[in-house]
Amino acid sequence: MDTITYAPASGLLAWTWALIALPALGAAILLLAGRRADKWGHWLGVGTIGAAFALAVGLFASLSGLDNKSAHLDLFTLIAIGDLQIDASLLFDPLSAVFCLLITGVGLLIHIYAVGYMAEDAGRRKFFAYFNLFAAAMLVLVLGGNYFMTFVGWEAVGLASYLLIAFWQLKPAAATAGKKAFLTNRVADVGFLLAMFTMLGALGTVDFAGVFNGAESLSTSTSLALGLLLLAAACGKSGQWPFQTWLPDAMEGPTPVSALIHAATMVTAGVYLIARSHIIFSLNPNVQTAVVAVGALTLLFGAIVGCAKDDIKRVLAWSTVSQIGYMFLAVGLGGGAFALGILHLLAHGFFKAGLFLGSGSVMHAMNDQTDIRRFGGLWRVMPWTYATFLAGWVAIIGLFPFSGYFTKDPIIAAAFAREGWQGWVTGGAALLGAALTAFYMTRLFVLTFHGPKRWTEDVHPHESPAIMTGPLVLLGLGSLGAGALMVSPVTEWLTPVFGEHAEPHGHLSHMQVTVITTAVVVLGAALAWFLFRGGTDEVPRAAAWPVRAARADLGGEAVNRGVFERPGRLAANASVAIDARGVDGVVNGLSAAVGGTSRRLLALQTGFVRSYALSILSGAVIVVAALMVVVIQ
Amino acid sequence: MNEALQIDWGGLAPLIIVFAAAFGGLLVEAAVPKAVRLYVQVGLAVAALAAAFVTVTVLLLGDKQTTAFSIEGTAIGSVVLDGPGLFLQATIAILAIVAVLLLAERRTTRGGDFVAEAAVVADSAADIQQRRSDGATEIFPLTLFAVGGMMMFVTAGDLLTMFVALEMLSLPLYLLCGLAKRRRLISQEAALKYFLLGAFASAFYVYGMAMLYGFAGTVDLAGINQAGISSGQPRLFLYIGVAMLAVALLFKAGAVPFHMWTPDVYTGAPTPVTALMAACVKVAAFGGLLRVFNVGLASSAWDWHLILTVIAVATMLGGAIFAVTQRNIKRLLAYSSIANAGYLLVGVIALGEAVGQTMFYLAAYGFTVIAAFAVVSLVRDGDEEATHLSRWAGLGKNSPGTAVVVTILMLALAGLPFTSGFAAKFSLFAAALQADELGLVIVGVVSSAILAFPYLRVVVLLWLNEPAPDAPTVNLPSPMAGTVVAAGVVATLFLGLFPGYLLDIVDQASIFLNT
Repeated sequence: MDTITYAPASGLLAWTWALIALPALGAAILLLAGRRADKWGHWLGVGTIGAAFALAVGLFASLSGLDNKSAHLDLFTLIAIGDLQIDASLLFDPLSAVFCLLITGVGLLIHIYAVGYMAEDAGRRKFFAYFNLFAAAMLVLVLGGNYFMTFVGWEAVGLASYLLIAFWQLKPAAATAGKKAFLTNRVADVGFLLAMFTMLGALGTVDFAGVFNGAESLSTSTSLALGLLLLAAACGKSGQWPFQTWLPDAMEGPTPVSALIHAATMVTAGVYLIARSHIIFSLNPNVQTAVVAVGALTLLFGAIVGCAKDDIKRVLAWSTVSQIGYMFLAVGLGGGAFALGILHLLAHGFFKAGLFLGSGSVMHAMNDQTDIRRFGGLWRVMPWTYATFLAGWVAIIGLFPFSGYFTKDPIIAAAFAREGWQGWVTGGAALLGAALTAFYMTRLFVLTFHGPKRWTEDVHPHESPAIMTGPLVLLGLGSLGAGALMVSPVTEWLTPVFGEHAEPHGHLSHMQVTVITTAVVVLGAALAWFLFRGGTDEVPRAAAWPVRAARADLGGEAVNRGVFERPGRLAANASVAIDARGVDGVVNGLSAAVGGTSRRLLALQTGFVRSYALSILSGAVIVVAALMVVVIQ
Repeated sequence: MNEALQIDWGGLAPLIIVFAAAFGGLLVEAAVPKAVRLYVQVGLAVAALAAAFVTVTVLLLGDKQTTAFSIEGTAIGSVVLDGPGLFLQATIAILAIVAVLLLAERRTTRGGDFVAEAAVVADSAADIQQRRSDGATEIFPLTLFAVGGMMMFVTAGDLLTMFVALEMLSLPLYLLCGLAKRRRLISQEAALKYFLLGAFASAFYVYGMAMLYGFAGTVDLAGINQAGISSGQPRLFLYIGVAMLAVALLFKAGAVPFHMWTPDVYTGAPTPVTALMAACVKVAAFGGLLRVFNVGLASSAWDWHLILTVIAVATMLGGAIFAVTQRNIKRLLAYSSIANAGYLLVGVIALGEAVGQTMFYLAAYGFTVIAAFAVVSLVRDGDEEATHLSRWAGLGKNSPGTAVVVTILMLALAGLPFTSGFAAKFSLFAAALQADELGLVIVGVVSSAILAFPYLRVVVLLWLNEPAPDAPTVNLPSPMAGTVVAAGVVATLFLGLFPGYLLDIVDQASIFLNT
């Protein structure tokens, strides 16, 4: 394997840090200026992100002129312990470049949209401050030049997203969702930390170059552990099984937040981490199989649940879970499929952001209602939203010649190309997922915009202002064309990172896969059209068990409750009566389980000096006895 | 006798300054009129500690590696002035300045947190009477004696000096714990508990010292280390001695299963005293542990490694799990101080690889925890501190400034990036890895993830819950406590964003003098 080196940054590329500094500065000004900035604050927020986008384009252009296609920038030393040194360093290479363009580009459109969407909200300035903060954190994540910096960004996006989800503090559901997102992420972050310590222990460095160059010398068990730990971290951030439950709940935040964080950027951080660490993942076939399994399982899981949901944002959320499953599948397949995963990620960033913003526009028109059973016939009143949503719809289900066709089909083909029975299973799952995607997206689209009106009495839908429809149109155009335009340049652009792209050969030829996929997609969409063109019941009816299971998130919540929460609660109740005015009971399953143990153990804390002294004495006896054991040995 | 005892007065200067000021403080009590006594005492204490800090810093930058006493060029190791000793002295001095400011706070509750006459029967008519009067100012000389003891403890090079220092730091603290003006019974109970158990632990110390003397024929740490290699005595003495000594030191450090006193004493003692204990005593206790194990017992590391590992694991997990269900902010901080003791023990076990990082951790944690207790003393229901967490709900609505400060401190204690808590934990665990302690690091990461829950819950509570109609008030501005909080928050953020500066210093200062 070739040694990986990163060239030092020069020229404009030495200004890479400004990419992070711009939105960070915006956030700082907005937070410090207080109410004085209420009048112009949102435009400052848009301005910094716009400037960052312009800079990202400039950096992109400079990078493409380089031979080495990488720019490494050491800012200052963070930690130096013995011969271990960790710098605050940045790396701008083809992979980070596409992420920077996505984050600042789509981010800019969403910022502009939010100016209109949050116009009535008293806390708009604070919202933009958090929004800028999030963008800065996300840029740290993708620009970090070692795992430590990536982790810093990783935690910071967690914090910023927590603030943004919980932004509507008056909604208790939003507060709970914020908590859930944060706690789930903390669990997954343990994986990241342990992975870093494993690297330090085995290789003595967390620099990308050092880790990748030393990766081949790792023992099988170490590389397995490292891969699985990174996978756990990635699953947590990206809402993949078994950490999927937080993502749909996070939709309680304002819609632009959902579009930016839960569609375009933060949830794809897991894909970024795996793609960045592709050398580690390629080392061990078992790790790759695990990634593929997680991806295939999650893409079906999300698609099935998505079919049964009635809340417009939740359908889109589960659809995000499912689409990221496709990306995991791609990066798990390894080899040339890495680039496919990133390609789908970019295309998804466009169409999903467009769909989310479109749903926000619909909610704006319908007094913040989200139940698609009470929509219908909206295409007449909001033509722009309708047209852009249509673009997103054809893109996500992957009809020729729109985005999804160019990015999802190759993933399905690559899945079929896996060796042996695994190829049939993963390929079959990906294909079934495509059919289900077509079904639930068509159901969503038809129930929202077509069919008879099923509105509640007090709504008077209207088209959103130009500041909201403008970004929608741009995202819509991106959804339509991006796939075809990007497919070969992006693959080529990423070659320095992932190596040459090889056409997969497997059970089915690419042509066969394309034909079959298109057929099932059309079938799924047609079925949904046929079922729902005449509208649907205004309230959900009793249904057969598969639908009930899907409505209940396929048992995800129930498992959470059954495995973690209930035993924890029982243990807790049995030991000590919970303080009723306490800190809202116990928030989440894991914490409840720990809480139960905690209460039991606390029964030892009696308050009597004699029992404390006894504890010290017995401890001393144990210590002496343990040392004696050493003597005898 | 006394043929040529050379004394390094310059090296002893910090200790001399602090003890002299303590005695001076006693004279102030007798000589200075009551009206200005508080100002004189606080001024004296702060000036003495600042002078001590400056002298220590000069010694530290001068790269001093010597003993304070020597006879004709032969070092006597009773007081050792080396990198770790001096750095920890400096840390104790600066944290003590912050703690003294907190002790001097008189705005939050009239007359301060301390009782005027400790001998009055609790809740008697006289006691109720004296609640309105100003607190005793003897607390300042008492504190100085304790701080002097701590500074001596971390530089003590033989077990006897260390024992004297241990008692010197403990006795004033027992007293200070019992001086709370409110909830006097709980405060007195805490003092008595702390005293009884502390005396118990001291007995272990003396017994362990005797055993080690029997084994090595000396109480000098370097001599004990040498004996560990070459002594002809039965090793049984060594093992019993190590075990007893470890029990006593781990008691002061608050490690499981010697931790039981911590929550009760932390809750019962007046909050400024708790802050002093959580920050300065922690530094002293771990300074002592580091020296004993690095200098005195390094040669027998193989023998004690297992049991200390078990204790570290129990402490890390125990403290974190206990902390999860706490509803009282002071108890939460107490249990988290136990878990932190576990992380620090990892640094002790890693021996020479992690001395510097352990000291960094001590300094970082000290500032954060002192500020946290200062905030606790600011949030009040009428005259009493609102320590129950349900009372803190919605603080972000009523007093956003305080809530921001609490959030920063809680995030630091939970160990999130950009705060000193993360930098400290990360560098400590990374150093432990270099000593091949992967197992302990894994337990440490898991434990700190558990410990993050209760802290983040406080953050959630502050910002996302509705305040109760009779929500507690935040007493601002109170200049003394305000300064303490500001200092703690600035240190927390600075060490989190730019840990490199202090890590460089501790790296320079991490070599024990081995005579």
